[in-house]
Amino acid sequence: MEYTISSKAKITSITLVVVGLVALLAGMFTGDGHTDQRLWANLLVNGYFFLTISLSAVFFLAIQYVAEMAWGVTTQRIFQAIMSFMPIGAGALLLALIASSLHYTHFFHWMAEGVTDPESHHYDAIIAGKSAYLNLPFFWVRAILFIAVWLFFANWFRRSSLKEDTLDLSQITDGVSPIYRKSIKMSVFFLIFFAYSSVASAWDWIMSIDVHWFSTLFGWYAFSGMWISCMVVAVVLVLYLKSRGVLKDVTEHHIHDLVKWMFAISMLWSYLWFSQFMLIWYANVPEETAYYLARFENYKLLYLGTFLVNFILPFFILMSRDAKRNAIFILPVALIIFFAHFIDVLVMVFPGTLFEHGHLGSVEIGMFLMFLGVFIFTILRALSKAPLAIKNHPMYDESIHLHT
Amino acid sequence: MSDKTIYAIYDDDYVLLESAKHLVAKGIHIREVFSPFPIHGLDPVIGLKRTRIAITAFIYGMIGVSLALLGMWFFMIQDWPLNIGGKPNFSIFTNLPAFVPVTFEFGVLCAAHGMAITYLLRNWTLPGFKARNPYLRTTDDWFVMEIHTSDSSLDAEEIKALINETCVVEIDEK
Repeated sequence: MEYTISSKAKITSITLVVVGLVALLAGMFTGDGHTDQRLWANLLVNGYFFLTISLSAVFFLAIQYVAEMAWGVTTQRIFQAIMSFMPIGAGALLLALIASSLHYTHFFHWMAEGVTDPESHHYDAIIAGKSAYLNLPFFWVRAILFIAVWLFFANWFRRSSLKEDTLDLSQITDGVSPIYRKSIKMSVFFLIFFAYSSVASAWDWIMSIDVHWFSTLFGWYAFSGMWISCMVVAVVLVLYLKSRGVLKDVTEHHIHDLVKWMFAISMLWSYLWFSQFMLIWYANVPEETAYYLARFENYKLLYLGTFLVNFILPFFILMSRDAKRNAIFILPVALIIFFAHFIDVLVMVFPGTLFEHGHLGSVEIGMFLMFLGVFIFTILRALSKAPLAIKNHPMYDESIHLHT
Repeated sequence: MSDKTIYAIYDDDYVLLESAKHLVAKGIHIREVFSPFPIHGLDPVIGLKRTRIAITAFIYGMIGVSLALLGMWFFMIQDWPLNIGGKPNFSIFTNLPAFVPVTFEFGVLCAAHGMAITYLLRNWTLPGFKARNPYLRTTDDWFVMEIHTSDSSLDAEEIKALINETCVVEIDEK
């Protein structure tokens, strides 16, 4: 059951980073003069996208404990491995936020000088009205609190799961290990915190770029996007590990259930994307439509394209039971919607930071590939560090016999 | 050869499942199983084909979506265009976002109702239909297999002897 990183996987991830770097440099030197801002905006996009994938892995793990979910127990190590990218993702995101706070770049108009000062000619009454929440000290308290607590829980779940492996029979009472009982309690605390922090972090880091605009659905929309990306990563990892001949305890029934999640969360995301759009389209209030105007004028293909791809592909291709068990159907859909959800985050950020100058070019692809390479390598390294089958979990046996 | 129907009555779903495996291995065809709840893993043992209800659900859903779009087009675009908040009302495409919620709901409604009615009709359990299970207790705590002598080359006595090898509660012949 042990997994070791093959040299092929190592070379693939290094190639991704190198190709990404070359594309990034090529894009920088042939760019149109907004290179600085473009780099920082890309850092924010990638940091947020990959950090929240790891975050959703903690969330899905916690859901499994709280719901006392049995079927997914054989795949828990995979979600634990996805969590391992969190420190790097957090680092990249914090770097982008620090750069913005120190005025190396400007993502957040509300951080600018004088916007809350009635005497200044930069005064902006709408931003001043939001300054009780959107001010630098409180922003940083939240950012550090969220990331610190997420890192704490990710670390705790991983460590306690490894500790559970080493328990001996005398420490297990009534067939249930004490660590399992404690994990349920910790999961409850995490989910309560996550419910607030996943939404508020999307407000802080993404929605406040378009500071004059707000949407009450935005947090959920961002949350469903991160969740689906995480399920895609998990499914692809399971298929990869199965093809390597490890992960014997994960059967086609587990793959079926994971792909069901992928299918369902795709629908949730599409539902929320459309709900947010439709209400604003119907009401047609100028301060709300400004957000969509910026997207429809300069990012129409990317913006509508991601919606169509992320909705139609999973809906029609993954609907049937046979397709949910067949890698030939799963893998292309998974890879396409993973990239399309990256573009989704891109279009959340770019219209407010690069305005009409942003586009999907070699800088964007390059930095995405670099992050992807590091992401893949970090996850595979975490997978190779521990056995793929967890031990002493009370429902492991039930999970092996999953039948769908 | 006259057809006789043999009922093997069990009081536990797991025992029935194991017995079914045993009987099928001996060449007996189990035509039907009556049980108060679905028995996991039984379908492949007695050779049931996979349900096609999902396909019907998809077809009903698509019919619902088409009907809703057709209706919207006729009511709101073709027959009597209404000016609602200045929304475009000259083509279905430009006004599509407004029609999506209704279309979605109607698709779900048609899929759900069509699927439920198809299921009840296929099982002959619509309200007012006469129940076809041989023993009323199969709706409570009995698990019954129905075996026809015409389905295999064995005669009734041989089949009963084989059933008696399992942990059967009672054997009945009709």
